Amino acid sequence: MKRVVITGLGIYSCLGKNIEEVKDSLYNGKSGIVVDENRKTLGFRSYLTGMVERPNLKGMLPRRMRVSLPEQGEYAYLSTVEALKMAGMDQDYLDTHETGILFGNDSSAKSVIEATDTLREKKDTTLLGSGSVFQTMNSTVTMNLSTIFKLKGVNFTISGACASGSHAIGMGYLLVKNGLQERVICGGAQEINMESMGNFDALSAFSIRMDDPAKASRPFDKDRDGLIPSGGSATVIIESYESAVERGATILGELIGYGFSSNGAHISTPTMEGPARAMELALKDAGIDAGEVDYVNAHATSTPIGDMNEAKAIYEVFGKSNPLVSSTKSMTGHECWMAGASEIVYSMLMMQHSFVAPNINLENPDEDSQKLNLAAKTVDKNIDVFLSNSFGFGGTNAALIVKKIK
Amino acid sequence: MEMSEIIKVTNEFLVDEFEVDGDTITPEADLKETLDMDSLDYVDLVVVIESNFGFKVKPEDFKDIVTFQDFYNYLAANTTK
Repeated sequence: MKRVVITGLGIYSCLGKNIEEVKDSLYNGKSGIVVDENRKTLGFRSYLTGMVERPNLKGMLPRRMRVSLPEQGEYAYLSTVEALKMAGMDQDYLDTHETGILFGNDSSAKSVIEATDTLREKKDTTLLGSGSVFQTMNSTVTMNLSTIFKLKGVNFTISGACASGSHAIGMGYLLVKNGLQERVICGGAQEINMESMGNFDALSAFSIRMDDPAKASRPFDKDRDGLIPSGGSATVIIESYESAVERGATILGELIGYGFSSNGAHISTPTMEGPARAMELALKDAGIDAGEVDYVNAHATSTPIGDMNEAKAIYEVFGKSNPLVSSTKSMTGHECWMAGASEIVYSMLMMQHSFVAPNINLENPDEDSQKLNLAAKTVDKNIDVFLSNSFGFGGTNAALIVKKIK
Repeated sequence: MEMSEIIKVTNEFLVDEFEVDGDTITPEADLKETLDMDSLDYVDLVVVIESNFGFKVKPEDFKDIVTFQDFYNYLAANTTK
């Protein structure tokens, strides 16, 4: 089995448009949540969202490539450019070294809705244009980026609801570990437009604390009233240890464990057992004891039952050592398909810069949260090993463990 | 729509949306050679023509269009705007 290391990170999120901006936001506990008044026009119950500026890629990419990219594809392009640069992989390198791509993405709703609107109005398929078909498929991110960067390795999208990004990294890890790929561009991307979130808003799962957006996302806090949708893109470049050493790359961390499970229960109500099993399997895969984990980046989205069951699961697995825990969703909101990848990027930044980002808005921990060692404020602390959780609809669970290479 | 307006609108979308170098667009220039478009680009050209000139292009119409002037004449003859 090969060792799997991380050599590049890229991020485009409501906390910042690059690694440096995001690191500062994390350290300072800055919220990226805003009120989007436009949501009133479509009868949303909640107007809250993480806000990400739509980039203008004119001048960066030719028209043929731009017209096929949906919103989240544009974010993914930028986070991947940043990650490849950090990894020291230029186009010449990608042209001469087989490189794969696995991204988590589970919708391209706005593109589908716009195409359907046009079709119903014009009643002529030609008038949908050439880019629509490539924008609307779930695999849009990987099909576009593999073309843009001329990749020749594994190439597909993973749709695992809000654990998509995490499973994408996990699958890349398994391919590299087993010698099937030397390097894979992994990540997760998420559209933030309101059209894509209407049916999620319908479940009354979103916070309606619209008078104070920065206080609305409150994972583990008694006074939470729901999650806040968000998005952007995160990219994590993984490769075999040998590949990284051979080309003299800076190794940022080693991916040592991936655990996954399915609850086998309700479509939207999480359980305690499924997530606990994923965490235990990740520890087993990593070959470490729970006590060796310094920090847990929780999935906790700011919904009462989700947070409660995760708190119980973390306590069951880590109760003895009680590592620091925080949910960066308190600042970002729920980045859905992207979250598993972005939270690896956030946790990597904490590990690189020796701090635990705060679980902001934690003022009154509930009964289960009180048992955890929650970081309500930024904690300056060395992190050698962290675990990051991601769970999704259908009861899909993923846990990833990363270790610092000394 | 006057011919001068047709030329202005056409050249604008070719430069802005199709990223054609404005200096290469002259009435005598060869349309297909200058635009260097693939089959997917032609689908988008049909969309912008419909949106700007209000009619649907038939693929066979392009057979008789050689120069930009032929293209402008074709648009002038078919526009509904």
